[in-house]
Amino acid sequence: MAVKNFVVASFSDEAVLFPAVKKVRTAGYKLHDVYTPFPVHGLDHAMGLRETSLHTAGFVYGITGTTTALSCMSWVFNSDWPMNIGGKPHFPLPAFIPITFELTVLFAAVGMVLTFCYLCQLAPFVKKHIFNPRQTDDKFVMVIEVTAKTNAAELKSFLTSIGGEQVNEQRVEAGWWFGRYDRDDRLFDTQRVEAVNA
Amino acid sequence: MHLKYESTLREPLVDGVKDYHQVTEDIISPIEAKPGKLWYVGFFISLMLLAFGAFSVTWEVYYGTGVWNLNKTIGWGWDITNFVWWVGIGHAGTLISAILLLFRQGWRTGVNRAAEAMTIFAVMCAGQFPIFHMGRVWMAFFVLPYPNTRGPLWVNFNSPLLWDVFAISTYFTVSLLFWYSGLIPDFATVRDRAKTKLRKLLYGIAAFGWTGSTKHWQRHEALSLVLAGLSTPLVLSVHTIVSFDFATSVIPGWHTTIFPPYFVAGAIFSGFAMVNTLLIIVRKILHLEDYITIGHMEAMNKVIVLTGSVVGCAYLTELFMAWYAAVPYEFDTFYKYRAAGPLGWSYWIMMTCNVITPQVFWFSKMRRNVAVTFVMSIIVNIGMWFERFVIICTSLYRDYLPSSWSYYRPSWPEVGFYMGTFGLFFTCFFLFSKYFPVIAVAEIKSVLKTSGESYKKGMEQYEQQSAEQFEAGLHHDDDHHHDAHGAVAHAHHN
Repeated sequence: MAVKNFVVASFSDEAVLFPAVKKVRTAGYKLHDVYTPFPVHGLDHAMGLRETSLHTAGFVYGITGTTTALSCMSWVFNSDWPMNIGGKPHFPLPAFIPITFELTVLFAAVGMVLTFCYLCQLAPFVKKHIFNPRQTDDKFVMVIEVTAKTNAAELKSFLTSIGGEQVNEQRVEAGWWFGRYDRDDRLFDTQRVEAVNA
Repeated sequence: MHLKYESTLREPLVDGVKDYHQVTEDIISPIEAKPGKLWYVGFFISLMLLAFGAFSVTWEVYYGTGVWNLNKTIGWGWDITNFVWWVGIGHAGTLISAILLLFRQGWRTGVNRAAEAMTIFAVMCAGQFPIFHMGRVWMAFFVLPYPNTRGPLWVNFNSPLLWDVFAISTYFTVSLLFWYSGLIPDFATVRDRAKTKLRKLLYGIAAFGWTGSTKHWQRHEALSLVLAGLSTPLVLSVHTIVSFDFATSVIPGWHTTIFPPYFVAGAIFSGFAMVNTLLIIVRKILHLEDYITIGHMEAMNKVIVLTGSVVGCAYLTELFMAWYAAVPYEFDTFYKYRAAGPLGWSYWIMMTCNVITPQVFWFSKMRRNVAVTFVMSIIVNIGMWFERFVIICTSLYRDYLPSSWSYYRPSWPEVGFYMGTFGLFFTCFFLFSKYFPVIAVAEIKSVLKTSGESYKKGMEQYEQQSAEQFEAGLHHDDDHHHDAHGAVAHAHHN
C-alpha cells in the first residue's frame, strides 16, 4: 500500500481557518483536506471543491420510483391479473397516486443515502485515519500533502505563521480497510487552483 | 465566518458561556457516565410494561382476536385508535427535523434529534396494531405485493389500507435514514473521545468511518436538505393516507373531505405534546437545560396552540356540516350519538383536552412555565387519544341497523397491548437517551456563534460600542469615521 506524507495543522476558530485556506492555496501547496467538527458554510467554496451532484442522483432515483410504481400497478391490474374489484376501473390513476408518491420518496431517499455512503466511502467497520482526534470535537484540521516539490520544514513554519497550531508531520498508509485516508482524485477543480498559482 | 446575522433581540438558542468543546462535553458526557437512579427506575418500569404487553399480545395471538372485545358493530376499537394515535405522535419528529429545516428555524437544532428518535419509536409502536389485528400475524406478509405461489394473486392497490402499508413503511424507512445520517457525525465525536476499547469499537462501527472531511460535510448537507424536502410532503401524505382509511368509507362520521388536513393538524398537535413530555424529562435528567431552553418549549407551545385551534375548528366544521348537509344519519351520528349518546363522555373529554385547555397557551407566562407545559403536554395526548377513539367508536357503535347497536369497552389484552407499546416506546427512549447523543452536537455547534448566549452578549456589546463611536464620530472630523470603520472590521474578524 502506498504511504503518503502529510503536514497537519489545527485551527481553533473558523475565522482564522478561512484566510489560512486562502493563503495555502495561493502559495500553491497541495491541500489534501480540511476536517471540521460541523459543516462550515462556504469552506467548500474557499477550498475550490466542486458542487455535489447528489441532488441530481436523488432526482433520478425519484423518477425511477415513480415509474416502478405506476408501471407495476398498471401491469398487475391490466395484464397479469385483471380482476374486477367492486366495478372499479383497471387503471384508476387517482387511486394509484398515494402508492406512486410513497415509492418515489422511498426510492429517492434510500438511493441518495446509499449514494452518499458510497461517495464518502462510509460503511460500518470502515475505519479511516484520524489526523487529529479533536477534529470531530472543536478543532479545524488542515491536512497538506507533502509532494516532491514541498519542503516540509518550510511548510510547517508557514502553517504556524498563518495561525496553525499543533503543526506536525504524519505518514499514513492508504489501505482499503484500516487506517485509510480519504482519496478522491477528482475532488478539486484543478484548473482553478492553477489559476490561483499563476 | 458565520455570515448569517441574527438579531440580538432574539432569544439565544444556547444558554450559558459555551465554546465548541464545552458543547461536546455537555452533550456527550452523559453517554460516558453511568446512568442515574432515576434512569434505572424508569427503564425498569418500561421493561415491565413491555413484558406485560408481550404477554397480552401472545395471549391474543394464541387464542385469536376474539379475546379482544371487538364486536360485529365495532370492528375497530382500541387497536386502530392506538395505531392512529401512535402514528400521529411520530409526526412532530419529522416536522421538526424536515419542515423546520426547510424554513430555516434555528431552534430545531436543540430538539430535532430526540424528536426524530421519538418518531421512529412511535411508528414502531403504531405498526404493531394493524399487524396484530390481522389475527394470523404469521400471514402478515400477504399485504406486500410480490410474485407469489398462490397464482398471480396480488394485493388491491385501490384499497386505502394497502396505501397505509406503503405509507407507514416508507415513513419508517425515510425517518430512520434521516435520523441515522444525522447521527453519523455525532457518533464519530463519541468515538474519538472514547476512553474504553469497547466504546471505541462500538461507536466506531456506528460512525461508519466518519472523519469530518469538508467534501463529506458538503454532501451531508445536500443529503439532509433533500431528505428534508422529501420528508416534508411525506409527513403530510402519511397522515392524509391514514385519514383515507376512514374518509373513503361510507360510514357517517368518517366520510368527510376535511379528514386529511384535520388529521395532519391533530398529528402535529399530539406529536409536539409528546416531544414536550419527553424533552422536559430528558433536560432534567441529563442536565441539558442550556440546550433545551424555555424558548424551545415556548416555540413548541405556540405550535400546539395553533394546531389545537385548527383541530378545534375542524370539530366545529364537522358539527356544522352535519347540520347543514341535512343527512339524517350524519346528523344523528354527530349530535345524538357523539355528543349525547352513551359514549358521549369520550366526546367531551376530547373537547375539553383538545380545544379548551390548550387556550392557556395564548399567555406567554403559561407557555414559558415548565410545570404548565408538562401537564398540558399530557392533557393534549389524552385528548388526542380520545379524538381517535371518538372518531372510530362513536361512528361505529350506532350503525344503520338498530338491532346491531352495541357498546364497547376494552378487554385486558387490549389494554395490556396498549400498555406494552408504552413499554416499548419508553424502553427504546431510555436506551436512546443513554447511548445516543440526544442533541445534534454538530448542528448545535453550527448555530452557536449566531445564537449562543455568550456570543450574543458580545455582539450586543459591540453594537453598543459602535453606536457610541458613531455618536462620537458625528461630532468629530471625517478621520474618526475611518477609525470607527476599522474597529468594525476588526470586531467582525473576532
